[in-house]
Amino acid sequence: MSEAATLNRDAAAVGDTRPPILRVNNIEVIYDHVILVLKGVSLEVPEGGIVALLGANGAGKTTTLKAISNLLRAERGDITKGSIEFEGTAVDAMTPNELVKRGVIQVMEGRHCFEHLTIEENLLTGAYTRGGARASIKRDLEKVYDYFPRLKERRTSLAGYTSGGEQQMCAIGRALMSRPKMILLDEPSMGLAPQLVETIFETVKRLNEKEGVSFLLAEQNTNVALRYAKYGYILENGRVVLDGEAETLRENEDIKEFYLGLSAGGRRSYRDVKHYKRRKRWLA
Amino acid sequence: MLFDIFIAPFLDMVDSPAFFVEVVIVGLLTGVMYSLVALGFVLIFKASGVFNFAQGVMVLFAALTLVGLMEHSVPIWLALVLTVAVMVVLAYMVEWLMLRRLVNQEGIVLFMATIGLSFVLQGLGETVWGSNVKPLDIGIPDASFEIYGVLLNEFDIFAAASGAILVAVLAVFFHYTRIGRALRAVADDHQAALSVGIPLKTIWVIVWAVAGIVGLVAGIMWGAKSGVQFSLSLIALKALPVLILGGFTSVPGAIVGGLIIGVGEKIAEIYWGPLVGGAIENWFAYVLALVFLLFRPQGLFGEKIIERV
Repeated sequence: MSEAATLNRDAAAVGDTRPPILRVNNIEVIYDHVILVLKGVSLEVPEGGIVALLGANGAGKTTTLKAISNLLRAERGDITKGSIEFEGTAVDAMTPNELVKRGVIQVMEGRHCFEHLTIEENLLTGAYTRGGARASIKRDLEKVYDYFPRLKERRTSLAGYTSGGEQQMCAIGRALMSRPKMILLDEPSMGLAPQLVETIFETVKRLNEKEGVSFLLAEQNTNVALRYAKYGYILENGRVVLDGEAETLRENEDIKEFYLGLSAGGRRSYRDVKHYKRRKRWLA
Repeated sequence: MLFDIFIAPFLDMVDSPAFFVEVVIVGLLTGVMYSLVALGFVLIFKASGVFNFAQGVMVLFAALTLVGLMEHSVPIWLALVLTVAVMVVLAYMVEWLMLRRLVNQEGIVLFMATIGLSFVLQGLGETVWGSNVKPLDIGIPDASFEIYGVLLNEFDIFAAASGAILVAVLAVFFHYTRIGRALRAVADDHQAALSVGIPLKTIWVIVWAVAGIVGLVAGIMWGAKSGVQFSLSLIALKALPVLILGGFTSVPGAIVGGLIIGVGEKIAEIYWGPLVGGAIENWFAYVLALVFLLFRPQGLFGEKIIERV
């Protein structure tokens, strides 16, 4: 952990003494009993926060989210070390059903709408865990339509025939129907036009401010993610290599170079790359 | 010869329209029964991706349980309730002992497990209730009557009507209830269903229970016609062409497929049968299925794979 990041986190801790809504403590994840994917990941999401989980393909972002939402087990993955706490209780052994009831829901990468169900039916499946509370489900449906007016227009279309952006809205709306306290958002920008990406992130921000939903979002689009998130973690090879306030991360030279594609000027020599690699090894 | 094949049968049809209508109706009524069996397959295949080889034996098992209870002088309504309960328990056991342990396995592994299940059920049914042919009398007279010169059978009409009601109830259940929606969601995308908090295990139990109850209805209809015996489980083989015709994933497909096969084989038997010495009924469905496999492998109503780029 870089000094700056540590300082920042300490500062945050002094300013805000509320316990985090989600605490992931040094977890290790193994797929199929042999493939080690996460090698000790720790992170925290403060209540009402937006935290970004950044990194390249295969860094372990999705696995981290699935470890939290416990979708791992359906893919023969297993948490072999560490612990996950949501609102102070250990949730590692809970089924996704129990977790959704507690208020943690994941929006999967690639949206995963139910293609042969209409948009409205998709949204209603999100309210499954709430049982038969019809009146309040109806109210929430209208609320989702307020956030995503486009979905209201397409309410009777099969989700499979809607556009990528509409499907992303549908997936987020579906998650909202479960009245979550926290949404694990996996790669919301994937395959969307830049303008739509902004719209989606704007909505995330509004949901965060107005509904008080905390977000942990995994993104490859570092640029957008760091503009909307308050805090960020950088994941490489199943480890957190850097973390800090979003602003600090945006100013960090290594991140500028490797994730934002900005560099101080002209070509950089290999020496600097080496410096970065060396540090990464040291951090790991 | 060509005249015999291509023209004479149609002349026969036009000659006595009342008889033709009768053949079609008898075919439709048989078709409803095929549909009922096929429906059980479709339900399970859609929701758990398992091709349930044991569906036919489930029909037999349900009918055996019902008859067995009635033989012990349990009144029919109570026997029905108890049999439904048995099918629900069975569904729970299947989930608990089989599906839960095979999550994420290849389709073929699950298929083999259902073959095992069919042996277990068959053995269990015959051990408990005996293996001799049992008549099943549910109090519907097997009398015939005539309307506009068309001879109809009261029992067949009753069977078709119950089938239709069952299908209507299922359709409403699937489209307008929370559980029904969840079932369709699971059929579409297991992972996503899991992620919104739909418990797969509960859904599997429900689906297997519904398939068991559909099997019971089919078992009652077939059992009342031909007695409850081992050969009842073989009507599952007739459901295969129905599935190929209608599409493995479509409830309306199972129904329409059943009707087409029912009517088709009756017409083929009556009008073309004599040309080859009869018994067309036994293989007609399979030939039709073969043709479909060649030209429309997803079946009439099979879900097209929605693909967007």
